Formats: sequence, C-alpha cells, structure tokens
Amino acid sequence: MIRTEGLTKRFGGLVAVDGLDLEVHEGDLFGFLGPNGSGKTTTVRMLLGLVFATSGGIEVLGRPMPRAAREVLPQVGSLVEGPGFYPHLSGRANLALFDAAGPPGPAPNPPSPHPARPVPGPPEGERSRPRSWARTAVHSPRQRRRRIDDVLARVGLEGVGRRPVRAYSTGMRQRLGLAAALLRTPRLLVLDEPTNGLDPHGMREVRDLLVELAGNGTTVFLSSHLLAEIELVCTRAAIVDRGRLVAQDRVEALLGPTGRVLVTTPDIAVAADLAAALPGVRLGERRPDRLAVHLDGTAPEALNRRLVDGGVRVRELVVERPTLEDVFLRLTRGPGAAPRPDRPAGPPRQGRDPDVPG
Amino acid sequence: MFLVELRKLVTRPRTWVTIALLAGLPTLVAVLLRVTGVGPRPGQGPAFLSQVLNNGALFPAAALALVLPVFLPVAVAVLAGDSVAGEASTGTLRYLLVRPVGRTRLLVAKLAVTIVFVFLAVLVVAAVAFAVGAWLFGVKPLPSVSGQTIAAQDATWRTAVTVAYAAWSMLGVAAVALFASTVTDSPLAAALGALAALVTSQVLDLLDAAAAVKPYLPTHYWLAFVDLFRTPVLWHDVSRGFAVQAVYIAVFLGAAWANFATKDIKS
Repeated sequence: MIRTEGLTKRFGGLVAVDGLDLEVHEGDLFGFLGPNGSGKTTTVRMLLGLVFATSGGIEVLGRPMPRAAREVLPQVGSLVEGPGFYPHLSGRANLALFDAAGPPGPAPNPPSPHPARPVPGPPEGERSRPRSWARTAVHSPRQRRRRIDDVLARVGLEGVGRRPVRAYSTGMRQRLGLAAALLRTPRLLVLDEPTNGLDPHGMREVRDLLVELAGNGTTVFLSSHLLAEIELVCTRAAIVDRGRLVAQDRVEALLGPTGRVLVTTPDIAVAADLAAALPGVRLGERRPDRLAVHLDGTAPEALNRRLVDGGVRVRELVVERPTLEDVFLRLTRGPGAAPRPDRPAGPPRQGRDPDVPG
Repeated sequence: MFLVELRKLVTRPRTWVTIALLAGLPTLVAVLLRVTGVGPRPGQGPAFLSQVLNNGALFPAAALALVLPVFLPVAVAVLAGDSVAGEASTGTLRYLLVRPVGRTRLLVAKLAVTIVFVFLAVLVVAAVAFAVGAWLFGVKPLPSVSGQTIAAQDATWRTAVTVAYAAWSMLGVAAVALFASTVTDSPLAAALGALAALVTSQVLDLLDAAAAVKPYLPTHYWLAFVDLFRTPVLWHDVSRGFAVQAVYIAVFLGAAWANFATKDIKS
C-alpha cells in the first residue's frame, strides 16, 4: 500500500527525513513512531503530496506519488497534524464543502473485495453496517447527505446540529477530522496523532474504530508518539529517529523476549543455586522473594523444571518482554540528546514477515 | 471547485459587511451633500462631486471615484490576501489539497471568486450610488466634463466601461495580493504586503522625482476613467491603464502559480 525508497527531505541545511525505506502492506494497521522532530509529519506530508521529496521514491496504492495524486488521493483519507475546518460553518457544512471540493466520481480502480476477517470485540448488529459503507460511488445530493450522516454517527457526532465548528471542543474537532477522513470510504487511512485532545473514552472509541476499519480491509497508517496506543492496536510498526529508520517489524517481533526470566519464590537461595548451575545462565538482580535470571539459550521451561524438581516452590515464572516504550527508548534519542554509546551500530532492524514472501 | 469557493464567499458574513461598508461611504457622502448643500468647488475634491448636486446621474461615477483610491483596494487586498494564506492558517489548505484539489485549480478558483467579488462590489457600489443619487439629487441628462450633454444611452455604456475599468484595476490589486498570499501563511501579512505595494506606488505617483517610472505604476491610471465622461472620449489614458494592469496581472498571477505549484505545504 505504501512503499518508500531512500526517501529524503532537506529543508535548507536540515535533513528532516534521511533515506527512509518504509513498507506498509495491505490490511496492516501500521504504527509510525518517533520522538518529536524525528520527521514523522514531514514523511506523512510527503506521502500525501503536500511536501515534495528532495530525493527518493514514494509509491502509494502501487502508484508513484505525487505524480499520480489524482488517482491515489481519492482513495486515501487523512488527518495531518490536527483537523482543519472553517470555523464559522457547522461540522456538517464543513464536510459537505470538502466533499464537494474534490472529484465527485468513484475511485478509478475499484478495490478488490477484501477477504472477510473476524472483527475483534462484540459482534456488531446489522444496524452498524449502513448501506453507504459499501464501496460504491455515491454522489447524488441525497446520498452525499446520507454519507455525511453515517460518518458523523460513526465518530459519535450525530446530533451536534448546526453549531459552528468554532463552538466545538478540541475532542469534537478531532472527531470531525476523523469523520472527514472517513467520508470517502478510503482504502488507506493516513492518520497523524488521531487521538490528540480526546479523553480516555474518546481514545478508546477511536482505537476500536481503527481496529474495526482494519478488520474490514482498510489499511491504516498511524503516526503517533503514544506508544501504548500503537502497542494496543498496531500489527506492524516502524520507528524513526532523526529522520532515519531504526526499526520496522511486526509489533510482536519488536516486542520479542529480552532473554530474562523473573522467578518469584519464597525459596530464593535454593532457586539461585539451582539456576546458576544451568549452562550459560547468569543470575541478575536478586530480591528477598524474586530473582532475575539471564537465560542464554536455555529454555525457560527447562529452568522451571529444574527449580520444581529441586523442590523450589515457584509462585511465578515470567518470561520478560519489553514494552514498546522500552524498545522505543533503546532505539531512539530524544531531540538534542547526546548519542548513546551503547546503541548498536549497523543496519536497521528489518522484519521477516511470515506472510510476505522473501 | 469554483462553486465551492463561491459558496464559501457568500456564506461568509465578512463578504457582505465589506460590501455594505463600500456602499455606505458614498451614501454617507451623498446624504451630507444633500443636507448641507455644500459641494466641493468645481475642479476640487473627488472627481464629479461638484456636479453631483445638480445631477444624481453622475453619482455612480463619483461614488467609484470615492472608493477606488483607498477603500476598494483595501477590501480586495484583504480578500485576495486571505485566499490561500487564510486556508493555510485555518489548516484547511492541506485538506483541500489531499481531497485532492489540484493546486492550479485551487488558485484559479480563488482568483475567479476574487473577480466575482470585485465585480459584485463595484456593481453594488454603482447601483446603490445610482439609486441614492437619483433619489437625493434627481436625474438629468449628463453634462460631460467637457461641457456638452451626454445622452442617456451614451451614459449607460460609459458607466459600464467605468465599472469594467475599475474592476480591471482591482484585479491588478488582487493579483499582487494573491501572490503575497501564496508566499506567507498569514492572511494579514499577505494583505499588508499587497497594500504596501499600492501605497508605495501612490507615494511615487505624487513624487516629481519619480516621473520616469510614473506611467508604469499600477495606481497611476486608476482614476483615468474620468476621461470616459468627456466628449469625445479621451481613450489614451484609459487604454494605457488597461495595458499596464494587464502586465501586472499576468506577472503576479504567473509568480503566484509558480510559487504555489512547487511549494511545500507545511501549514
């Protein structure tokens, strides 16, 4: 759906994006992470043809950008750095204006029907599958109105009536921005910080909405610095730092085990002795009831058997996994921070996706 | 896209307030003239005003002469300056462009709407002035500036050409403001930039030392439409005015397009 090759953008002497190779597959819920000022927004703007790349190539929906913008963009919904609306008009009037501003026709290449995938969460009733969400070209005035109704209901803004956007709260504007992005039933959603300004309920609703959309075959490119958000919803993620790609992989793979196991037991001394006797095992931090064990090639279950056979009362044995925050902080530097000496040099971590040949 | 822009123009209260103010100034002048009966002496004050007391039919031209030097250019500069920079500052520009609306298309629509506004404003001013003039001063056959009488039919086309000339002059202002609007993301800066250019031009026009450049200044021929009310019509300045504006319009629209089409949209 999105592929960039050596994408580079310089603003004067500043290299904002430096040789970025992104790969977003169809159906991905793709997280795009990076510290502030790492080139996330510039990248999003280049994907949408707002900012022109200094060098490198971009393909969106299999077509070059920005050259094929006329064919590509009608199938892309986006939210870039917060929503933008005419403050003196109502939300509905704003959506109608944006709807009318662009090409009226259907997408030139109607997408192939997506394989039905299970939608997580409680099964939705028939009522939440309004007819106009079918991927059809609808642009008679009545259908346009209905489409706006549908999309407003979908983001929880039904019944805002004729109030001008000026009177909206930040959260309502954010929802309206999402509604605008969804209006044309896009195949690809490019969202930059979509939950900005939303309360926890709103964030949850947006997350559920994204998962639902992805379940229906919409590809979502989600740029965010809310790590928890990405960790909760995304299937794949890329991390950028100072314009460079530092990791790109499935989220599960990014969050692979650290090689540490935490053992909780009242018999701490016996456990330590038994564990240390295993080949390649180093003992880590030790507390009165908990022991960290670095396994080097030893399987956690082997450790467990050894402990149990040795009479240790194992209360808990946890294979430690990093949070996305740990991974993020390890791979990136904050703006202006000194380079981390412990950062491994070498090529960025590239994922081996099981469902992608090669 | 043009229709969308037009809808934005007419749904905006500011548009109508501006036009009401534009029509209000000549009306105020007319009421003052009528109440006091004190007109400027012939040859002084704004064009035509001295004759208006005797004949309301001349008031549309007088009204245009009143608003053309300052009021109308300010309104046009604000509107055209707002066209792209205003979208940038509300954050709507990026959403229009990714909708997608082609950049050239957007610029052309903005320009077309500005033209609509200019014509609307000039026509409303002329129409209101005619109504007010006829009501307060009565309509007689026009005496031309040269002394002979102008027939009613004749007066109609002269007024029509006056309206077209004023609109064309304002289009020059719009082109400069539109260019400024593609350079900055601040609508205020764009409008001020365009106005600064006009003020510079008007100051130079008063300066004898700038005599060499005067014929090429954008504001130099603005009031040349007075010549349309002479018999026979003095076409020289009017046609020069049309030509000079055409050059300014072409150059600044070209610059606006070249700048906007290749610009990184970071707003």
